[in-house]
Amino acid sequence: MTEALLTGANASTEVPLKRRLRRAERTRQVKALALVLPLLVFLLFTFAGPIAGMLWRAVDDREVRQALPQTVAALANWDGKDLPDEKAYAALAGDILAARASGTIAIAAKRLNYALNGFRTILTSTARNLKAVPEPGTAKETLGKINPAWRERTTWTTIKDAGGPVTGFYLLAALDLTRNVDGAIVAAPADQAIYRDVFGRTFLISLGVTALCLILGFPVAYLLATLPPGRSNLLMIFVLLPFWTSLLVRTCAWIVLLQSKGVVNDSLHWLGIIDEPLRLIYNRFGVCVAMTHVLLPFMILPLYSSMKAISPAYMRAAASLGAPPLTAFLRIYLPQTLPGIGAGGLLVFILALGYYITPALVGGAADQMISYFIALYTTETANWGLASALGAVLLLATILLALVYGKLVQGQQVTGGMKN
Amino acid sequence: MSDNASIRTPSQRIAWTATIFISTLVFIFLITPILAIMPLSFSSGSYLTYPLPGLSLRWYDDFINSPRWMNSLKNSMIIGVASTMLSMVLGTLAALGLAQWKSRFKPLVLAFVLSPVVVPGVITAVGLYFFFAPIGLTGSYLGLILAHTALATPFVVITVGATLQSFDTNLARAAASLGASPLEAFRRVILPLILPGLASGALFAFATSFDEVVIVLFMAGPEQRTLPREMFSGIRENISPTITAAAVVLTTVSVILLATLEGLRRRNERLKGSSV
Repeated sequence: MTEALLTGANASTEVPLKRRLRRAERTRQVKALALVLPLLVFLLFTFAGPIAGMLWRAVDDREVRQALPQTVAALANWDGKDLPDEKAYAALAGDILAARASGTIAIAAKRLNYALNGFRTILTSTARNLKAVPEPGTAKETLGKINPAWRERTTWTTIKDAGGPVTGFYLLAALDLTRNVDGAIVAAPADQAIYRDVFGRTFLISLGVTALCLILGFPVAYLLATLPPGRSNLLMIFVLLPFWTSLLVRTCAWIVLLQSKGVVNDSLHWLGIIDEPLRLIYNRFGVCVAMTHVLLPFMILPLYSSMKAISPAYMRAAASLGAPPLTAFLRIYLPQTLPGIGAGGLLVFILALGYYITPALVGGAADQMISYFIALYTTETANWGLASALGAVLLLATILLALVYGKLVQGQQVTGGMKN
Repeated sequence: MSDNASIRTPSQRIAWTATIFISTLVFIFLITPILAIMPLSFSSGSYLTYPLPGLSLRWYDDFINSPRWMNSLKNSMIIGVASTMLSMVLGTLAALGLAQWKSRFKPLVLAFVLSPVVVPGVITAVGLYFFFAPIGLTGSYLGLILAHTALATPFVVITVGATLQSFDTNLARAAASLGASPLEAFRRVILPLILPGLASGALFAFATSFDEVVIVLFMAGPEQRTLPREMFSGIRENISPTITAAAVVLTTVSVILLATLEGLRRRNERLKGSSV
């Protein structure tokens, strides 16, 4: 550094100094990046990679291709308009025998059954009855005799559709859509079309909880922002203590309070307000109450900081210019809290969308949100393609909302800077 | 509320009274569940109802003598402490780097680093479940520690980053000009000044891991069940007063963390106030 200063004093070597400074700056930047790099690599392995893997599973479709390779190859050039030719039937018979021997038939049967209910029976009955030694007649006749389903076009289009290696099947299913026998996208059969309902329910519960948080949080944030610091710090404990208390403790507490012989029902009964215990939990009411309790601090804290930044001088100015208090509040105060309302509301909404534990513990069957189904298909039924597709839809919604949130918070910082 | 200068007219007084009234109800709503569950853990009966038939410590006795609960407490501590240490190293380095790094990609990198907070727990858990199972990291402490570190590190980056923002870089330059090596300058000048920020980050990280249950649900074997995980099964199966004892233990830990954090914040404010 001293050397640089000395040479810099000499006018003829001004350019090398500039270059040297630039080089020093570049080294600094490289060093800075090197400090961030371990975390980036770590997150790639423990976060981004796994999520990318999940997204890949939403379109990955290689089970049928692996179990019935020749059939999938034979169907590649089939136009799907008529029944496939004898070559495809022969390939299927060969594939089924091979898959029966290697035990992969169940994997293909499981995947095909997702697309066409009853396919498992078709495939397993065929595998059971197909003889290793070719019978007289064509493969088409033999298979058709074992199970008449092989004489139907749908059976074959299902195999062709599931031939992979990638598919839109799970993503379509996540939106209650499917492909019909001619390959057009149509509504899924009513008994499978439950996910739009689940997404709608997730959206409604999240919206309701966000609205409740706003209604309850606004006066509290206003009070905390208006009171002198000593008192508001004390009251802040009421917000921060629940915020820091374990989610499980809070959920457990609500069950204890709301169950049929719980504290709330007992008190109401004791007061003579009710005779029969009210049903307060394992329904939508319980879910909304518990989720609002958990998420309320996430609304109060951003609202509080946006209100804290509003100078009381504005309200005084409005009053001195003759605005009635309500007008001043609506036209001067409220607009300035909008960024806080937006930030808090979006934060609560984003967090609510992905909620799993609270609805799983205090909700009934009709109150389970999308996360519950993702978990169910992952651990219970092992329908990983569908779990991943539902996850992909939830992730997309979350990312879009998070981008809006990012823009909003950034804008807030800019306006905050302008005010100063 | 005579100290509130903006209140003059009767209608404003009504509005202010309404604010206080609603806020009081909300404060009751926020705090009652936590307060209501505590006395039940000292009940001598086995029903979770008031009035208590009598006081006893039998449920704490049950908690302490149950290998299942004790094992879960131990697991929560092991995983919490290990992931806190790992996330402190990764997060502090990253925060130091990000404070110096100038690039148009910085917002993008920052968004990536902070994204584990925003992405729903179930998605992270499912992804990790698929990703860790083939390499033998499900049903292992290491897998859980790595996963919790990913969730906790953003909080370290935020807290330490905020501390660095208020840190006067001239102090580091002064140290360098007085002949301190970069490492020495970090150890003797930067570190003592950002220590409260580091401590807050560590508390946040520990709380994140200590409270996490979704990933544990997917990834932990019977051996690695944590305290919240054990509570989850307990609530599902049947709520015994032992769970309320566990809840009191968990809440005590939360209160200690919160009090420490508040103490650090106050100390920091005092220091800032005295330096002006």
